[in-house]
Amino acid sequence: MVKEDKLKEVEEKKKGWLEDLAQILQETPERLPRFSTVSDLEIKGLYTPEDIKDITYSSDIGFPGAYPFTRGVQPSMYRGRLWTMRMFSGLGGPEETNRRFHYLLSHGETGLSVAFHYPTLMGYDSDSPMSKGEIGKCGVAVDTLKDMEILFEGIPLDKVTTSMTINPPASILLAMYIVVAEKQGVSRREIGGTIQNDMLKEFIAQKTFMLPPKPSIRIIVDTIEYCTREVPRWNTISISGYHIREAGATAVQELAFTLADGIAYVEAAIERGLKVDDFAPRLSFFFDSHIDFFEEIAKFRAARRMWSKIMRERFMAKNLRSWMLRFHTQTAGCSLTAQQPYNNVVRTASEALAAVLGGTQSLHTNSLDETYAIPTEEAVTIALRTQQILAEETGVANTIDPLAGSYFVEALTDQIEQQAWEYIHRIDEMGGMVTAVERGYPQAEIADSAYKYQKQLDSSEKVMVGVNKYATDQPPITIWRMTQAVEERQLARLRQVKQTRDNQKVKELLNQIRIASKNGENLMPYIINAVREYATIQEICDVWRDIFGRYSDPGYF
Amino acid sequence: MSPERKIRILIAKPGLDGHDRGAKVIARGFRDAGFEVIYTGLHQTPEQIVAAAIQEDVDAIGLSSLAGAHDYLFPRVIELLKEKGADDIIVFGGGIIPEEDLPPLTQAGVKGVFTPGTSIEEAVHWVRENIKPRK
Repeated sequence: MVKEDKLKEVEEKKKGWLEDLAQILQETPERLPRFSTVSDLEIKGLYTPEDIKDITYSSDIGFPGAYPFTRGVQPSMYRGRLWTMRMFSGLGGPEETNRRFHYLLSHGETGLSVAFHYPTLMGYDSDSPMSKGEIGKCGVAVDTLKDMEILFEGIPLDKVTTSMTINPPASILLAMYIVVAEKQGVSRREIGGTIQNDMLKEFIAQKTFMLPPKPSIRIIVDTIEYCTREVPRWNTISISGYHIREAGATAVQELAFTLADGIAYVEAAIERGLKVDDFAPRLSFFFDSHIDFFEEIAKFRAARRMWSKIMRERFMAKNLRSWMLRFHTQTAGCSLTAQQPYNNVVRTASEALAAVLGGTQSLHTNSLDETYAIPTEEAVTIALRTQQILAEETGVANTIDPLAGSYFVEALTDQIEQQAWEYIHRIDEMGGMVTAVERGYPQAEIADSAYKYQKQLDSSEKVMVGVNKYATDQPPITIWRMTQAVEERQLARLRQVKQTRDNQKVKELLNQIRIASKNGENLMPYIINAVREYATIQEICDVWRDIFGRYSDPGYF
Repeated sequence: MSPERKIRILIAKPGLDGHDRGAKVIARGFRDAGFEVIYTGLHQTPEQIVAAAIQEDVDAIGLSSLAGAHDYLFPRVIELLKEKGADDIIVFGGGIIPEEDLPPLTQAGVKGVFTPGTSIEEAVHWVRENIKPRK
């Protein structure tokens, strides 16, 4: 990126700086023996044109909206439209969560994001013995279509897009959403949103798994195939690095494993007979924005560049939209502290800024109390306002990819990309991500990184303010609590639904799912028919558990 | 002189909670400290945990919970240990546990609770102070 004669001049002048520096360091040594990112990537004291001499602007950086998309996926980025402010929400029952949705929308939120409680995430109903003690605590309880009808009451599904963090039962929740829309008079061709539907990272990191990898991927491909035909505005997967990172991965591991998961889904869909340019534009991504500011920005930029190369060179995609890596970001839950929780507002603001400077399409900002529980209304409002301040006061959305051309950011983008390719090549050599997951490879890599980081914290090599430095005693904050009444109401509603629906019909429709599961037909139409008659999530999942078997945690540590 | 029997600990993840970063870090930390560690893996019912603890003849069970179900699951494990006559197995826990939940857990018989910010060394020290090999 720099002319050769200019580079010579830089080299000459750098010698002078190095001499000055050596003298200064003799008197005052640097604060640390080694400077590194939160992922332990070593960082130099100064970056110069020498560090980006091998980068070519037009082919490596380019223009926003054009290959290789390093600067962003849209030509106008935030000058055209701001990112979607999408707060991950779910608390208690559908009534409480519906109220939270309306509250957030009336305060300027621009998209919905549903957090389901653990039983729903794992394919159990609220009345299962497995659900004891878990109802409504980590998200909203949804057992049947009835709950989804309440959840979206008064929310026009042709106007708002909805993201649902749901994995093994993703197809079922999508089916329910389609039927809720239908009842509002909105066709499935008009609805927009995302299901997470990324099982590979469940085995790797988030650990809400149900079936073994192969049948899990079959159901995912069913949703891709169905949506490509019937629900054209739906993002069929949110290929997620977030949970990989939260489980302890480094930035490079997050990036590499996420893209390797993406490769596996593209291969599976192609194997089904789908054309890459028909489904690839509806693959979306989800990343963590951790506390190390520049490392995250570099990661987001590298992610776009890498995915566009993968789609164009590896899968021969022709459609520009197939090459685009569009992503949602959540600030890093694992960077927040239970101690001195008000400090979390500052951490989240900095992480949100990194996501914006990295060109995210949508953003969830964590609340200050989220290390303890679902946020209170007061806490979630501050988190939403953080995004609004960034968007409308700070001026950071005025120009596109403002850090492009920074010697440091470009060099770091390149470095992260190179290291991520190494992981992807290793996974390719193993035979792809499904095999790597079965062997426990990414799981072991992440556990190693998590342990190393804990050791660095314990030795104070890495600092967490309020935890291993500047610790003080502080009175506890008020947190949100689930109530017994919500649990009772949920159980009563489920009982009532089971009593009042046409049980003979439900039985027949569940049997149809069983047959289609065995003979390899696309399951989506059968699931839609079953949920319309109020079949429960667990009733459908039990069919699958019965046919495909369960995946249980191998318990590596 | 025969070497002293090592402390045997079952690290367990009760319920549907999928957050296993802490459990795995502490399992590895305990192993590096010289304890014998068995990890149940995720999604264990209290019944499965108690059965594993008895079968593995452990001195203690360390329960990890980050999804808010500790108030039901921890006391349930202790109740089952009592039913099986195995209540000499010490139960401790860790994870996201609000301060106001600590007294009821202590009352139920949970001997120690490690909340966020605990170092591996602190947890190892606590185990050495509070758990002795049973035979």
